[in-house]
Amino acid sequence: MKKLCLVFLLIFSGSVFAISEYRKFDNLDQQKVYENLISELRCLVCQNQTIGDSNAELAADLRRQVYEMIEQGKSKQDIVQFMIDRYGDFVLYNPQFKAKTGLLWLGPVLFLLIGLTTVFLFVQRKKTAARQNSLAEQGDDNKEKAEKLAKVRNLLEKGDLS
Amino acid sequence: MLKFLFPLVLFIVLAIFLALGLNLHPNEIPSPLVDKVAPVFSAPKLQTPEQKLTPADLKGKVWLFNVWASWCVSCRSEHPILNQMAKTKTAVIVGLNYKDEPEDAKNWLSQLGNPYDVSIMDQDGRIGIDYGVYGVPETFVIDKQGVIRYKHTGPVTAEDVQKVFLPWIAKLQAEN
Repeated sequence: MKKLCLVFLLIFSGSVFAISEYRKFDNLDQQKVYENLISELRCLVCQNQTIGDSNAELAADLRRQVYEMIEQGKSKQDIVQFMIDRYGDFVLYNPQFKAKTGLLWLGPVLFLLIGLTTVFLFVQRKKTAARQNSLAEQGDDNKEKAEKLAKVRNLLEKGDLS
Repeated sequence: MLKFLFPLVLFIVLAIFLALGLNLHPNEIPSPLVDKVAPVFSAPKLQTPEQKLTPADLKGKVWLFNVWASWCVSCRSEHPILNQMAKTKTAVIVGLNYKDEPEDAKNWLSQLGNPYDVSIMDQDGRIGIDYGVYGVPETFVIDKQGVIRYKHTGPVTAEDVQKVFLPWIAKLQAEN
């Protein structure tokens, strides 16, 4: 059993699926920027993978491009701008906040607000409905009591005529 | 009344969104390169690698820049359309032979016909990156000043030629 577990762990370990090539960097900062970038840029062929995850040829070319630009001493911002200039905002998994992408960023907040308003209105309506109901019930109770009292008074005054 | 109205409105809104969704083409990413100057390159010609071509050589001409490769299946379907278009000589057709082996590319052209006035080689895909190429075939329409005016992703169909490319070319030919 233990052996089987080990085999499965090996088969499904992340390193088996890692496709990134071996890259040598001058310093750790560069490596961090590289790893950061390839997990933020979208592979445009596969569309739902980053260029770090994808083994499409275009992804490999873009990884090479990122690597070369880092080697040339370009900043992260430079590289991101390079990609946007060529592939548009879509290349970023974290699109920049601007007029065109505003709905994308604010959409969830908008829906949250709509949801909260709906819940608030719903609860409010339920509350008033419940209050009216209890008032009505109380009204019914009072009416019943009054009727009973009237009956008793009637009996006392006139006696049982039945 | 409101009880019935609300689901109805919800249904209509949902139906509209779904209908719009059906007509979206998520594979077609709008290119930021439209209305920008075509990126500069200097690349060897496929048939005569010792000669190079740059966009400046095409100044004053309306040209189509068609990205193709012998390994690309849908390029095969658009190839006859390009051949037909080349016969009319309405615009210069430049091919970008993208990430291909020159021998394979030459064989492909000799078998299927060569619609290109000239093809250039981009074996390592760098020109492709500069043009934001993400799926072959792609076709750019470039004006006399060397500005990209239109980009088409995917195989060009006969309908595209009639409805999109020829009108664009006619418009750009009329410009200075």
